[in-house]
Amino acid sequence: MSDTITRLDVLKTYKLYVGGKFPRSESGRVYEVTDSKGEWLANVPLGTRKDARDAVVAARAAVKGWAGTTAYNRGQVLYRVAEMLQGRREQFAAEVALSEGIGPKKAAALVDATIDRWVWYAGWTDKVAQIAGGANPVAGPFFNLSTPEPTGVVGIVAPQAGYGHSLLGLVSVIAPAIATGNTVVVAAAADAPLPALSLGEVLATSDVPGGVVNIISGRTTDIAPTLASHQDVNALDLTGAIAADGPGAAAALEAAAADTLKRVVRPELDPFAQDWTSTPGTDRLLSFLETKTVWHPMGI
Amino acid sequence: MAKKKTIEEPAAQQRGGLFAYAPAPESPAAAGDIATSYGHFIGGEFVDSSGGEALKTVNPATEQVLAEFARGTDEDVDRAVAAARRAFADWSALPGSERAKYLFRIARIIQERSRELAVLESIDNGKPIRETRDFDIPTVAAWFFYYAGWADKLDYAGFGPNPRPLGVAGQVIPWNFPLMMLAWKIAPALATGNTVVLKPAETTPLTALRFAEICRQAGLPKGVVNIVTGDGRTGAALTAHPDVNKVAFTGSTPVGRAIAKQLAGSRKKLSLELGGKAANIVFDDAPIDQAVEGIVNGIFFNQGHVCCAGSRLLVQESIQDELLDALKRRMSTLRVGDPLDKNTDIGAINSAAQLARITELTDAGEAEGAERWSPECELPGTGFWFKPTVFTGVSQAHRIAQEEIFGPVLSVLTFRTPAEAVEKANNTPYGLSAGIWTEKGSRILWTASRLRAGVVWANTFNKFDPTSPFGGYKESGYGREGGRHGLEAYLDV
Repeated sequence: MSDTITRLDVLKTYKLYVGGKFPRSESGRVYEVTDSKGEWLANVPLGTRKDARDAVVAARAAVKGWAGTTAYNRGQVLYRVAEMLQGRREQFAAEVALSEGIGPKKAAALVDATIDRWVWYAGWTDKVAQIAGGANPVAGPFFNLSTPEPTGVVGIVAPQAGYGHSLLGLVSVIAPAIATGNTVVVAAAADAPLPALSLGEVLATSDVPGGVVNIISGRTTDIAPTLASHQDVNALDLTGAIAADGPGAAAALEAAAADTLKRVVRPELDPFAQDWTSTPGTDRLLSFLETKTVWHPMGI
Repeated sequence: MAKKKTIEEPAAQQRGGLFAYAPAPESPAAAGDIATSYGHFIGGEFVDSSGGEALKTVNPATEQVLAEFARGTDEDVDRAVAAARRAFADWSALPGSERAKYLFRIARIIQERSRELAVLESIDNGKPIRETRDFDIPTVAAWFFYYAGWADKLDYAGFGPNPRPLGVAGQVIPWNFPLMMLAWKIAPALATGNTVVLKPAETTPLTALRFAEICRQAGLPKGVVNIVTGDGRTGAALTAHPDVNKVAFTGSTPVGRAIAKQLAGSRKKLSLELGGKAANIVFDDAPIDQAVEGIVNGIFFNQGHVCCAGSRLLVQESIQDELLDALKRRMSTLRVGDPLDKNTDIGAINSAAQLARITELTDAGEAEGAERWSPECELPGTGFWFKPTVFTGVSQAHRIAQEEIFGPVLSVLTFRTPAEAVEKANNTPYGLSAGIWTEKGSRILWTASRLRAGVVWANTFNKFDPTSPFGGYKESGYGREGGRHGLEAYLDV
């Protein structure tokens, strides 16, 4: 036996995910991500307001194509994400364990639940119109049908708290928004961004068109207000807006969103108590939809 | 009265001259290995029948025997139902999300093996490869994909909280869309937590047996899907079995009626998708070329072996001549022949028996005084074939206007007013589907609201989607397949 030569691991450069590509932050800056014991894990891009605006441009450009695909096609794409994530289960389990300071078994279970959550929403794409739309029996000789349509670009403040927030929580807010044909810009959890940035790699290899999901790491207080006030964002999910005050607080963001009358999903009363493993209902799925009603006369 | 125009003969030119097609044959080898004989698929295993009787399935385009398969005995049915019963407790107790993943796997494997299944289906059934490749098999995969998604969402389907499955479903399917009919039956049954025993048609068992292999690849628990092959006797044993909780049948109205009688007084839930005699109504403002394509698709798709085929053309009198001329010109370009040729429009009639039935009814049409027309076309020397045929001068009393022919035969009737069109369209015991051709939206909706038919296509025909309920009024059966509505047939609601 020769002397043991320790092989040096190749570390990943974590990057943003915007428009289907993996850019660094335009700022050229990074910040340190540590585990629960304060040990250094990685440097990740310190995304800026400009990065967020670039992401909105990418998301807007993707709306037409994504909203225009058939629900069946979107379902298959979301299912493909589950397939790809299954193949990277170990990698994500490790990142979730480090991000949330939990054991490998629990982390693996959270990844499994995340895979199943993609499958759950894959099955919703071609059913949501059947529970959220329908014929209306108006009192007159008219055919009258209501159908849901995606609202457009959704800005998402990813969960920053609650058991499973770093990956399961993240997917639980992204998947329902894109299942119905929206595109999203996600402000990743500031202190647990690794699973989010790695998720971009999964999406990039899952037939999800570039721009449908855009993921920005950085200070939530920089990115969230940019999304909230942006003229070209149609809806805002404030799930991860946990700051007590300042421009990143939920109330301030909601007020900023009011200028453009964005549809807003408010955070839980106690975001830290949120358990992302619990079965999702349809609330989030129905949050980013517009209802369109078509009238047509009947007669010879 | 309108005078008859002569029909030009573009067909000869197209076939022999300027637009001649080179053969584009699909390889029969792509169908994979076909065994010389098959048993049943019971409890996750391929097993021999308890009886010694074997049936043969032939390629209707060549009359060559493809394989022998077992005629399921009462004992075979018993074993299959018992296997399904054993599997039911665990299968129905699985979380819906886990059942969903099995069905998603099946959908994916069908997509992966789509070419093999398309070729096998074409060989066993006689339908053109273009249809199995572009319609049948993609629809099969889509059906499993759609119902997979329902398995963990039944609380949202509108049947109240936690709707329960029925138990063991006995399912009997026809030969016109063998694997697609299997998917329409099995996907919703499994999604809702039932286990199944399915009997494929006696002339087309091969894709169902291949599906059994797919269930094994998907790791589906043993006994959740059981396939018992056979003839009408096997089907009757299955629908009559005392431990079957649900019967689903697609096929002829007489057999459907017999099953309804058989089940009377039992607690079995029953859904029936039976015959049809759809009216394809063409108003005077319809875009003629588009309507002609729809008429051709409506009656010649799948050799007319379609329960919802547009077998009665109701054309407004003022455009009759123009429409029929255009239709005949279009029919002259239809290519009848080798189902494995990718250019083929009309393949082989599924069986000698069906060919005899079509021949008998068309002879009756002539005898009753309707005028028969078919384009010139050469038919292959072996196999079962029937030229695309149109009857004009058909009255409502003619057998060809009332009875389901289930072949490439169109009966043309005329009308003057929309009210008369509706009257005539509804004047059969059937009520499965209808077509409406007009540029005027309000007329589409006015007409549709008056048609006693479960599916109405406007300015299109023969469209199917797993999200869309399908099924008939009146003697075309009851219950719906497809969509949210399709779940009800397999739930205790």
